[in-house]
Amino acid sequence: MTGDISLQPAAGDAPHIVLEARNVVKTYGHVTALDGVDFELRDGEILAIVGDNGAGKSTLIKTLTGAVHPTSGEILLDGRPIQFKGPLGARHAGIETVYQDLAVAPALDIASNLFLGRELRCPGVLGSIFRRLDKRRMRDEAQRAMNELKFRLPSISNAVEALSGGQRQGVAVARAALFARKLVIMDEPTAALGVRETGQVLELIRSIRDRGLPVVLISHNMPNVFEIADRIHIMRLGRRAAVVTPKSHSMNDVVAIMTGAATA
Amino acid sequence: MNAASASPSPTSSSSSPSLKARILGTPSAGPLLVLIVFCVIFAFTNPRFLATHNISIILQQTVIIGTLAIGQTLIILTAGIDLAVGAICVLGTIVAGKLVNLGYDPVLSMGFAILLCTLSGLAAGGLVAGLRLPPFIVTLGILGILTAALRLISEGGAFPVRDPFLAWTGTTLKTGGFVLTYGILIMAGLYVFVWYLLNETKWGRHLYAIGNNPEAARLVGIPVRRHLVSVYLLAGLIYGIAAWLALGRIPNADPNALQTANLDSITAVVIGGTSLFGGRGGLIGTLVGALIVGVLRNGLTLAGIDPLWQDLITGILVIVAVALDQMSRRKNR
Amino acid sequence: MSFHRIRASARSKSLYAGLSAFGLMLGLALTPASASAEDVIVGLVTKTEVNPFFVKMRQAAETRAKEKGLTLIARAGKFDGDNEGQVAAIEDLISAGAKGILVTPNNSSGMLDIIKRARESGILVIALDTATDPADAVDATFATDNFEAGVKQGAYARKAMGDKEAVVAMLDGTPGGTVDTFRHDGYLKGFGIAEGDPAIVGAAITNGAQDKGQVGMENLLSKNGDINAVYTINEPAAAGAYAALKSFGKEDDVMLTSIDGGCAGVRDVKDGKIAATVMQFPYKMAEMGVDAIAEYAATGDKPSGFVDTGSELITDKPVEGLESKDTAWGLENCWGD
Repeated sequence: MTGDISLQPAAGDAPHIVLEARNVVKTYGHVTALDGVDFELRDGEILAIVGDNGAGKSTLIKTLTGAVHPTSGEILLDGRPIQFKGPLGARHAGIETVYQDLAVAPALDIASNLFLGRELRCPGVLGSIFRRLDKRRMRDEAQRAMNELKFRLPSISNAVEALSGGQRQGVAVARAALFARKLVIMDEPTAALGVRETGQVLELIRSIRDRGLPVVLISHNMPNVFEIADRIHIMRLGRRAAVVTPKSHSMNDVVAIMTGAATA
Repeated sequence: MNAASASPSPTSSSSSPSLKARILGTPSAGPLLVLIVFCVIFAFTNPRFLATHNISIILQQTVIIGTLAIGQTLIILTAGIDLAVGAICVLGTIVAGKLVNLGYDPVLSMGFAILLCTLSGLAAGGLVAGLRLPPFIVTLGILGILTAALRLISEGGAFPVRDPFLAWTGTTLKTGGFVLTYGILIMAGLYVFVWYLLNETKWGRHLYAIGNNPEAARLVGIPVRRHLVSVYLLAGLIYGIAAWLALGRIPNADPNALQTANLDSITAVVIGGTSLFGGRGGLIGTLVGALIVGVLRNGLTLAGIDPLWQDLITGILVIVAVALDQMSRRKNR
Repeated sequence: MSFHRIRASARSKSLYAGLSAFGLMLGLALTPASASAEDVIVGLVTKTEVNPFFVKMRQAAETRAKEKGLTLIARAGKFDGDNEGQVAAIEDLISAGAKGILVTPNNSSGMLDIIKRARESGILVIALDTATDPADAVDATFATDNFEAGVKQGAYARKAMGDKEAVVAMLDGTPGGTVDTFRHDGYLKGFGIAEGDPAIVGAAITNGAQDKGQVGMENLLSKNGDINAVYTINEPAAAGAYAALKSFGKEDDVMLTSIDGGCAGVRDVKDGKIAATVMQFPYKMAEMGVDAIAEYAATGDKPSGFVDTGSELITDKPVEGLESKDTAWGLENCWGD
């Protein structure tokens, strides 16, 4: 049974679908990782993806971020079919990803980390011929982004290594939010963090959503998912078993669907 | 909000840290202090130490290792290490010297020699980045290959190189009683240039990121391997220029020269506060580190003390520098 | 922010502590030894500090300088070929106000500029052990006549072998080195053959080191088992060669000779491992050098030219027509351990 039955479209006008996957199959030799999975991310929502180990979560995410090419099926961004040429292709299309291991350079300052790989150069000759970085503008913009996300940090010119784990992950999340035009994908962003630090990052994810960017959140942590997600996409055996909301289902229900003990 | 509890408001926090904190936070502050302390001690033990010509001599003595240490700094910042610095530099002196002695145009000969050094750097970078071999092994291999090749090219022995262009970097110019050589100016120029690259350009930013966390660098889309190759290439070019400076200092091409340049340059880099684990440190520290070694040797000689003390003190400084680096890294785990 | 500050200050505190300890230590170390301006400073710049030959030279210079009331500042390169280290040492000695500098140049052409600068500033420069090229770049050279020493080695080998037809192997040091060339050519002259003579069946590079001497000799013996005369650049190379000869069972059939006069080498002669060696006298070079500088400081007179510090053939099996000393004498006059 596919999850389509359990989809509960919002009342009134149909929500805009930002990212969609239709009947995506991915096989590795004889192993089928994705067995015709469907996926929908709506505008302005936090969509959690949950599932048991081996259910196909990470393969799904890899196909959505361009790290893996699907064997068949199609992916649509803003309703248009798209094929990513590697992770950079997905990034150019406006999709940013945050990983579980803190993907920051600890010795560099916060502003440098935010703009890592996308540094701004000075205007005019200084930038075009002398290739000089515009540190002030990067600092200012980093500060503005942090203020907008209501993520409070000591000084923007502090080295990231002086921050707590949660604040470091906050920098990685903020970087994704700063550059994503379409959506942000977060792969277990709180797995390495303590309870309080996790709270900081969840808060940040919420403010990204509130700024209008949809977020895909992969997490093992059911309470976190229920705290923050608008909808929950449940993977089982390479397919979407159901999409539920925290309001309509309890944690036990979701676990039951995940393990096949119940259907939605 | 959770994050905000212990921190000042975001608007006020964008202001720079206090001057004192900045000085203490600057990695080259410690080495600079050590340098100043040594200078003060030596000035008291022998007033000749501060004579302008003596200061000039220390600078001249720092030219070769100081320049080689620029390339070494770049490579150590990527969490690599270069054992072939001296060998590549000697390659430059022997090739340039041999060609000039055969009657070729000195400018072209030196240019060709520098090109060969750059290509040696390229080869090292290609092996490190392309085949993902450890830099230690790659440069050890290149050291061995070049040592043998240099003996063959030079037919075993040293030979004099008498050419005004090749010796030009050793030419002195007097500025208000202070004697400089063009070699010192070239070294200073290289320090400014590479400092600018490291601190003011994308290239430098990415270099730090790669040394700091190569995985993170890759994830944000930095072409890590290509960048590594460019680092080794630039280092090779710098070693080639150092070969020209070496010929200016000693007009002689010797396959046996600069055997300890690899360790000497690493010493300067480490004393200068750059971390052997990559991604931390900087060029100013390296210059200070190279000067510390030079000042120690000169100062001890002027004080009439066995220069074995130099090795002892340098050894202690290296251990102190690495210990400080380890401590600060551990604290940030 | 607080986090960062705490770290920075803890770090700086330990740094300050370390520094002040250093300063104190160094200050204590410096005070008693520092040279006063009136002292006559003698600089000695040797090739390395590890070679016992230069250790002997340095000890002799120290003793002699003390006797004469001079201050000796000794410096050395870090390795054979460390021209930069030697040049820096001379620069430092000029700065220190040395009256005279004794130098064993690593390479005869590498230091000409700095020697010139030293002489221009009124410093007497004497080459010890190794001549510069050209030789008149220094005021004087006090050294073993290495060619003559080579001749002694070669002549002994030829005479001691009697009428036997010679099959010669050459264990050289570092090709191109000045000393190397003189000894090599001297041996051939003393032996009475020319370079390229068919009697010479092979050569190996030993860098004057025992392990490389052994490997070189092994390879040469594999190539030609009839070798019966072996030239060696120095005694460590000869010791290596002896080990190889022994493993081939040829130690009694081969005329193994050497040059240097290190105590280990003389003992090898005494034990019959090496037939003869030619001793040179590093302490004479140093003593004569210090004397010359003392003289220059007192009267302004400079020595000039090449002064042979002599060499002695050491063997317990003397041959007729060649002057030699026995190993008992050798052990009294040798250098090193």
